[in-house]
Amino acid sequence: MPALLAAVLLALYLWVGSQTLDSIERARVNLDFILSATSRHVQLTVVSTVLVLLIAIPTGVLLTRSFARRISPPTIAVFNIGVAIPSIGLLALFSVVWDIGFWPAVLALVAYSALPVLRNTMVGLQQVDPTVIESARGMGMSKLGVLARIELPLAVPVILAGVRTALVINVGTAALATFINGGGLGEIIITGIGQNRQLVTVVGAVLTAVLALLIDYLAGLAEDFLRPRGL
Amino acid sequence: MTIKIRLENLTKRFPGEREPAVDSLSMEIPEGEIVILVGPSGCGKTTTMKLINRLIEPTSGRIFLEDEDVTKVDPDGLRRRIGYVIQQIGLFPHMTIYENIATVPKLLGWNRAQISARVDELLTTIGMDPATYRSRYPKELSGGQRQRVGVARAMSADPDVMLMDEPFGAIDPITRDRLQNEFLRIQSEIKKTIVFVTHDIDEAIKMGDRIAILRDHSHIAQYDTPEAILVDPADDFVAEFIGRGAGLKRLNLSRVNDIEMSECATVQAGADRDEVRRALGETDRCVLVLDEQRRPRRWVNADHLELVGGRSLTEIGLPADAVVRPYSTLSDTLNEMLVADYATAIVVGDDGVYQGVIDIDTINEAVRGMRAAERSRLADRLGEGG
Ligand SMILES: Nc1ncnc2c1ncn2[C@@H]1O[C@H](COP(=O)(O)OP(=O)(O)OP(=O)(O)O)[C@@H](O)[C@H]1O
Ligand SMILES: [Mg+2]
Repeated sequence: MPALLAAVLLALYLWVGSQTLDSIERARVNLDFILSATSRHVQLTVVSTVLVLLIAIPTGVLLTRSFARRISPPTIAVFNIGVAIPSIGLLALFSVVWDIGFWPAVLALVAYSALPVLRNTMVGLQQVDPTVIESARGMGMSKLGVLARIELPLAVPVILAGVRTALVINVGTAALATFINGGGLGEIIITGIGQNRQLVTVVGAVLTAVLALLIDYLAGLAEDFLRPRGL
Repeated sequence: MTIKIRLENLTKRFPGEREPAVDSLSMEIPEGEIVILVGPSGCGKTTTMKLINRLIEPTSGRIFLEDEDVTKVDPDGLRRRIGYVIQQIGLFPHMTIYENIATVPKLLGWNRAQISARVDELLTTIGMDPATYRSRYPKELSGGQRQRVGVARAMSADPDVMLMDEPFGAIDPITRDRLQNEFLRIQSEIKKTIVFVTHDIDEAIKMGDRIAILRDHSHIAQYDTPEAILVDPADDFVAEFIGRGAGLKRLNLSRVNDIEMSECATVQAGADRDEVRRALGETDRCVLVLDEQRRPRRWVNADHLELVGGRSLTEIGLPADAVVRPYSTLSDTLNEMLVADYATAIVVGDDGVYQGVIDIDTINEAVRGMRAAERSRLADRLGEGG
């Protein structure tokens, strides 16, 4: 996979090198700009995903505790709103009610991608064999101990699958952040479309795709690596 | 007889259920004995167990451990003092066998060296080589091995009391029998107070010092020694539960070391023919060939000696394969005899060393003895009743 992505980038580089660029193209398709746009894109993705983890996993844990059975459906409904609104609309909404720039974009991404992590956290915890939990309780482990040492480790594969989905959503949706001045690779694509420079559009689109595939690949590696042994 | 666990009018009514799952159960469990709860499916055996370690909180009633009322103490602390094997074993799939067994010692704050030594000791006790199995995961074990690890895990912190819910449930009869024997051997050394659930009356008779036969709602139909229950079932429910073949089942109650073994002629594997002839004497029976460690190898009689010329004693005659242990039941012993080539059971110790033999006459006598004892018991009862 990394080799394939490197080959794509190399091909892109050679193709761009073979073209003569005008001033608008040069303003966007140069290493400095590309690097800063990419790093912004990665920041948007990573920061929003980390926030999703911090919000959705604890919420998922809470909602699966027996005392929270009542508040579970309404909470999930709230998380559902984020997904129900089209991503571009969600970005617009955040820019209107709050501001434009990096943080509103991040929060829009969080709202958009929290549900898969929440849902997978809950499913992951619910599918843990109840007899395993019972034997742990029967040996005198506290509820918190069972959560930390039995339930969460056993739910890790399912939770990680949700995190991977959220990452992929975020890296894709972050391309839209530029509409509310959030930066990222979307900026290159938008310039290409707005100024009618196909070369710029192609560069932006290919870079976005390569980044998305790379992040998905890394997430896959992490999934294999973090899965508890013995399952 | 000290009472280890006392249940007082214990009742559990699950929310939304009309009938209580356990209804006003009172029971005393003596120290150092295996008490069996046996009864039809759904009669409340598992619920009763979980009430004892408070995995289920009783609706009413009280639980005493020794003389301490534990109905209201901290349940986590209580459970660390009580070994528990649940019906489905419930090993932690993401932890190694070592980590599984080390769970309670870790909770109790033992140091690493202590824990490590204890885990190895337990694995050895249950007949699993520590070097091989310590770092395996549960899915890499057979069903029988998992059951054993479940039992070892419950014994890890050396609790006085163990609750075992069908610990040998879902395994084949042969392995099950082996695990039962193994467990009885261990128990004869550790002498824990054990509450053991099964729905199999034969297992109850084999394992129990005392049996409580339960009907629905954990009502006690009869609570007594296996002998008393077999000889004198309290009512039709118990009689039906014991089923037919109570006579054969009684063979499950006596063990080899309860009856008198006989001696038989033995020779060393290296002995020459004349020695064997001398040992054989006038009889047409076999002599038992023992190896250097005095472990039984072959049965040899005069005919075998004639037929083969230069071969060694360990290659002629019949295999000495009906081997039983002092704690084997007479039922197992009889069975060994029936399937062996030479119908005499050889008793060996745990080290495999020859101790004596049991033949069909010995068992016959033992059964007669039991019958006589029963008759006099019944006569006594009739006498008392007037
Ligand atoms: N959590 C629960 N909620 C409601 N009813 C329950 C619950 N647990 C058990 N019961 C009911 O209580 C009764 C006794 O169940 P229990 O599990 O103690 O039976 P058992 O004797 O262990 O049966 P088995 O031999 O099948 O394991 C059953 O009728 C069962 O349906
Ligand atoms: Mg049960």
